[in-house]
Amino acid sequence: MTTAWDPSKPILEIEHLSISFFTRLREIPAVMDFSCKVMPGESMGLVGESGCGKSTVALAVMRDLGKNGRIVAGSIKFKGRELVKMDDEELRGIRGSEIAMIYQEPMASLNPAMKIGAQLAEVPMIHQGMGKEEAWKLARQIVADVRLPDPDRILNAFPHQLSGGQQQRIVIAMALMSKPALLILDEPTTALDVTVEAGIVDLVKDLGHKYGTSMLFISHNLGLIMDVCDRLCVMYSGEAVETGNVVQVFDEMRHPYTQALFRSIPLPGADKNTRPLISIPGNFPLPHERPQGCNFGPRCDYFEKGRCDAADIPMSDIPKGDRHASRCLKWAEIDWNAPPAARVVKQKSPIGRVVLKMEDLKKYYSISSGAFGGGTAKVVKANETLSFEAHEGETLAIVGESGCGKSTFAKVLMGLETATSGSIMLFDENVQSTPIQKRNVDTVSSVQMVFQNPFDTLNPSMNVGRQIIRALEVFHYGKSDEERTNRMLELLDVVKLPRAFADRMPRQLSGGQKQRVGIARAFAGGAKVVVADEPVSALDVSVQAAVTDLLMDIQRENKTTLLFISHDLSIVRYLSDRVLVMYLGHVVETGTTDQVFNPPYHPYTEALLSAVPVADTKVIRKRIVLEGDIPSAVNPPPGCPFQTRCRWKSQVPNGLCDREMPPVRNLAEGHQIKCHLSDDILAQMEPVIKMAAE
Amino acid sequence: MPDTLSWTMIFALMAKQFWPVWVALVVTFVLSIRFKRKLGLYGKLFDSPVGMVGFAIVMFWVFTALFADMIVTFDPLAQLGSVKNPLPGSPTPAGADGQYPWFLLGGDHLARDVFSRMVEGARQVLVIAPAATTFAFLVGITLGLPAGYFGGKLDTVLSFMANLVLAFPVILLFYLLVTPEIRNTGIPVYLAAILFLIPILFFVVLLNSRFHTNPPKRNLYVGVTLVLGLWAYSGLAFNRDPLGVWGMAPNLLNVFVSVVFVNAPTVFRIVRGIVMDIKSRDYVAAGQTRGEQAWYIMLWEILPNARGPLIVDYCLRIGYTTILLGTLGFFGLGVTPESPDWGSTINAGRKLLSMIPHPAVVPALALMSLVLGLNLLADGLREESMKD
Amino acid sequence: MLRFVLRRLGVMVLTALVLTFVVFYLTNLPPNLEKLARSEGSVRMTDAAVASWIIDNGHGGSVFYRYAEWLGVAPGWVLTDDKGVTRGLCIRQNDDPALAPTFCGIFQGNWGFSTVFKKPVLYSLGKSMAATGWLMLAVMVVMVPVALLIGVLAGMREGSRTDRVLSTFSIASSATPEYVSGVILVALFASPATGLSPLLSGWGWIGGKTLFLGTATSAMDNITFWNFALPVATIALYGVGYIARMTRASMTEVMTQQYIRTARLKGVAFRDVVLRHALRNAMIAPFTVIMLQFPYLLNGVVITETLFNYKGFGWMLVTAAGNNDIEMLLGASVVAVIFVLATQLISDIGYVFLNPRIRLS
Repeated sequence: MTTAWDPSKPILEIEHLSISFFTRLREIPAVMDFSCKVMPGESMGLVGESGCGKSTVALAVMRDLGKNGRIVAGSIKFKGRELVKMDDEELRGIRGSEIAMIYQEPMASLNPAMKIGAQLAEVPMIHQGMGKEEAWKLARQIVADVRLPDPDRILNAFPHQLSGGQQQRIVIAMALMSKPALLILDEPTTALDVTVEAGIVDLVKDLGHKYGTSMLFISHNLGLIMDVCDRLCVMYSGEAVETGNVVQVFDEMRHPYTQALFRSIPLPGADKNTRPLISIPGNFPLPHERPQGCNFGPRCDYFEKGRCDAADIPMSDIPKGDRHASRCLKWAEIDWNAPPAARVVKQKSPIGRVVLKMEDLKKYYSISSGAFGGGTAKVVKANETLSFEAHEGETLAIVGESGCGKSTFAKVLMGLETATSGSIMLFDENVQSTPIQKRNVDTVSSVQMVFQNPFDTLNPSMNVGRQIIRALEVFHYGKSDEERTNRMLELLDVVKLPRAFADRMPRQLSGGQKQRVGIARAFAGGAKVVVADEPVSALDVSVQAAVTDLLMDIQRENKTTLLFISHDLSIVRYLSDRVLVMYLGHVVETGTTDQVFNPPYHPYTEALLSAVPVADTKVIRKRIVLEGDIPSAVNPPPGCPFQTRCRWKSQVPNGLCDREMPPVRNLAEGHQIKCHLSDDILAQMEPVIKMAAE
Repeated sequence: MPDTLSWTMIFALMAKQFWPVWVALVVTFVLSIRFKRKLGLYGKLFDSPVGMVGFAIVMFWVFTALFADMIVTFDPLAQLGSVKNPLPGSPTPAGADGQYPWFLLGGDHLARDVFSRMVEGARQVLVIAPAATTFAFLVGITLGLPAGYFGGKLDTVLSFMANLVLAFPVILLFYLLVTPEIRNTGIPVYLAAILFLIPILFFVVLLNSRFHTNPPKRNLYVGVTLVLGLWAYSGLAFNRDPLGVWGMAPNLLNVFVSVVFVNAPTVFRIVRGIVMDIKSRDYVAAGQTRGEQAWYIMLWEILPNARGPLIVDYCLRIGYTTILLGTLGFFGLGVTPESPDWGSTINAGRKLLSMIPHPAVVPALALMSLVLGLNLLADGLREESMKD
Repeated sequence: MLRFVLRRLGVMVLTALVLTFVVFYLTNLPPNLEKLARSEGSVRMTDAAVASWIIDNGHGGSVFYRYAEWLGVAPGWVLTDDKGVTRGLCIRQNDDPALAPTFCGIFQGNWGFSTVFKKPVLYSLGKSMAATGWLMLAVMVVMVPVALLIGVLAGMREGSRTDRVLSTFSIASSATPEYVSGVILVALFASPATGLSPLLSGWGWIGGKTLFLGTATSAMDNITFWNFALPVATIALYGVGYIARMTRASMTEVMTQQYIRTARLKGVAFRDVVLRHALRNAMIAPFTVIMLQFPYLLNGVVITETLFNYKGFGWMLVTAAGNNDIEMLLGASVVAVIFVLATQLISDIGYVFLNPRIRLS
């Protein structure tokens, strides 16, 4: 389309870009002095925590900042053409045809009232003036390209008829319809399950190579960036703090923030007792509360008063690097290989008696199908023969993706639902069929829960202190209001929040702080068993470490049994003693952390391990990408629940997997799997993750 | 005898009559704008021009109702002379000394002062409309919360009943429900007995669920609520207040009950919808996992978080209730013939509408401006509450 | 789908039965019957005479049984008085009682006789409904397109000047009930003393004294722009504001959706973003509102027909209610209730059809 453009020049060149949002009260700078270059065929990662401005950069490239956002300085050149000064007409020619974007929420980014085919065909019809029939033909071909089965059916479907993974593939197909030169991906897999994510990541990489598209890949996940990108740019509070090629930045980082970020994520080798994570102290600054000088200054270990907070700090190039640059004054002085100073080795807490025992727990729901009521009632088997024990002071991780039944299990344990059959022994009491209203106060206060979404866990119209006091009141703690108030303040101390927070409203707290209040509330009645339902998955990485450590500390102190529900295997490996892997309502594997994370695996565990991106250049990971999506729990496949996606299925003779539910087998003391594979095949399994150095 | 006034003079003199209202408005606005950052949603209203205009109009009428006695130029029921429908600005027949010398906005067919009747009408509307809307809200909330929270059979039955009332054409309902005959059968009293019991129940459950962990405090609060509530109940529903403080004329009770009856199902549906949305939040689950009673969760965890849309709808609904009351007046239902309320004044004036419009147009504009103010206020509130 | 419609129909029938029973009960309260007795019999009847008149005319006994009679599922009453004359619900004057049918309620087409209009209820109903039908039709034709247009134009660019102006207009019009707008419209356009008409006739631009007619009685026989515009405008004005606000709210919400951004960033022109991507999604909510607006329209019709003296359904309802014409009122109620329920049914079904997410799940 553009004629005068030299392919050896950058596709995208952003220079000293500053973006602000204007509210009635003030100007809020979102991005300051941002520069980056993307060469043809290159994929550039933008990484940072929420609020660091990475998505704003992407939207600025699309020139879609909304009513309040404005580019206040700098330039964005696409193929040598200045985007900042383009008018609407010119922009429209570029959007969708030369620059395309893929978004976080696939469901939300597709028009619910238009057929998939029409939404896809629209792109070439606008940009290439293609006829309708031809455009649909092209759409069909691209749908096949993104490896979706039965393209004809899909083209005539509406978005809600597809699964999340399929929808995201459609969004990718839409972006590729007119073979753009630059693809912007804004957290394209965050809303998806890990095994589905692995497939999408593979697809994006392959298509990038196939079409020679450059990519701007935005993510908060360092592991994912390593999987996909050649180069990356680390952002903090509206600024790029370090940029360079991925290997260089990962292995020889030259900015304290990058270093702190790597120290706070659970990489293989981290251990909650011997090598605990180091969280970044303090909080992310709000845009209008940024400090003078280095934005990271107040949280930095190497901070030097009078120097780091004197003036704005420019990017400086690192000699010998591959276009490596850092926004740090002291990068040359810091000893980057020195071990972290403040690593407190903690005592492993002893594991005590059995406090919770589930046997053959079953939970079925009956749902009426069809939108119009009536219809035939179907049974959803949310939990099938769930059996396990949990000991005092132990962390038991329950791992699985959406639809595996882990939330149902939590509800049954809490008494919000009653089990269909089986028994739950809590201490020495059978609570299986006792709904929460009929449980006595002691039982209720000893089993508590920490919730996933920090923005949802606290009542927005009640202050923090009041919410904790309410829990104390309900658990009959203390005799007077003063006693309860004192206890509430102590609890705030325990979760390391200032006592002044008692009078704050939840909206004045950050996500991590809210999660701490949630933890304080859960422990208000001296809980013995705490169910933590993905307690850190919605938090930023640097905050995750702090909240995880807090949970571990309280657990050590109170000898609490922690049931840690998660889909994130990195964090599970880091903190759990034993692991339970669930798939479609079944426990497919259980054992100690070592047993589960080392072969022999259940085929699903193997795939799950392989799917989790690891931000460590020394780790070699075997790629196992599962076919298709997780089947619906309403309509599970016959036989083994995993047989539709299992890569080992051919190793089992006679199609046993299709017909029969595998039995539970003991592989070692405490290590059980539900699989038909024979012992010698299991013995042949190789580890998924290996350290390169070993 | 003074001269007939020009329109400019009429407006000037009216503005002078309204002086207490102006003073009150200025005080309200100055204080509110000064402290707007400390006043929560109310304070934020002063960031929105639309909201401010709406609030000003509404407060104008509120203050007019409050200071009506100081503003009126005549007794709104007094018939002044024998000239029918005197025009705006025409002089009053020479009467006693100190009597106001003009019909500011003219007179009606009985030579009653239109201006004074309009002012007095504001008082009628602004007593009944907010009170009836409040009752409708309490009823709608008390039934909507459990319907949305528990779902199932309870929801099916309550929703069916709400839909029954909603499927009734309002006018037909009024014609059937607001008649002197029906008053004789006692049906409005039975309805009132049920409807008015619900607010008492609401407050008792509200306080009990919150303070049941602390019985002495609970007993005090619930006791006080019951004494006050039942006292008012005896007066309002049955007109048998032993102390004679609470009471409502039978025709007024009839109107009141009908308006509550018409409004409550819509509130019920709104509340039910919001509850179904909020009940899946984690803080509700947190309440459940610490073993809270269902009513605590509904009233203290869910309801406060539904307040945004409910406040907005409350404003809109006062406006709608004003319209309903006007409709009743327009058909002459449930009002005494000499009542100065806007609806019946419009009705009385419409017979000669095309020849002498002022007796009908004045209350029509008054009613319209009040409803407009309420709608603008609701719009401003909605806009500002969404900005959080 | 069929199941859904059947279920809705079942609920609808149940609702209709309950509602008609309520109306039956309320219109047949003892005070109303006493009033009827005095107006049909004689004003100076003694209380005892009134009581016996009520019983003699089939209004005694249990209200449930009388309701069933009225519906036509219970045998109509038959009474033989002292003189040996047999009268009954199903026996017409001078007919042989032996030949009369047993059941004669509304199911059999016997809707009773209007005491005010001195005509069979069905006849009067039919005539007035036809008149109201024209009015409603005109209102819908004016109201719906105008309201949707205003709503879409205001909602497609939230906060713009167009939005401010149109939103203010719709708020103002939804704050103007029919009895207010009617009064103001008449004062402005149909009064020889005030408003536009004196000016226009002074300039000699109009022949008559007023621009529009202040009553619509003549529209009963011959609808013209000059006698019909004001009543139509009166009803439409209130509805326009309401529907436009709903449309605007729905439109602004849709315009902030992610898929609109997707469309914009695909390079779709703003016009097509609105027409192809936003409009259909934005129409789902207002459709329901428009259908549910019909019951309120009925309100407006009653007020406007009274105000403009147009002898349609609303006017008849008011007259029947004001004159204790029980059978007429019952008939009118049945029609009103069925009308409201039918609109609700259409609204439900239409909602499902407009929304592929529900239709195909």
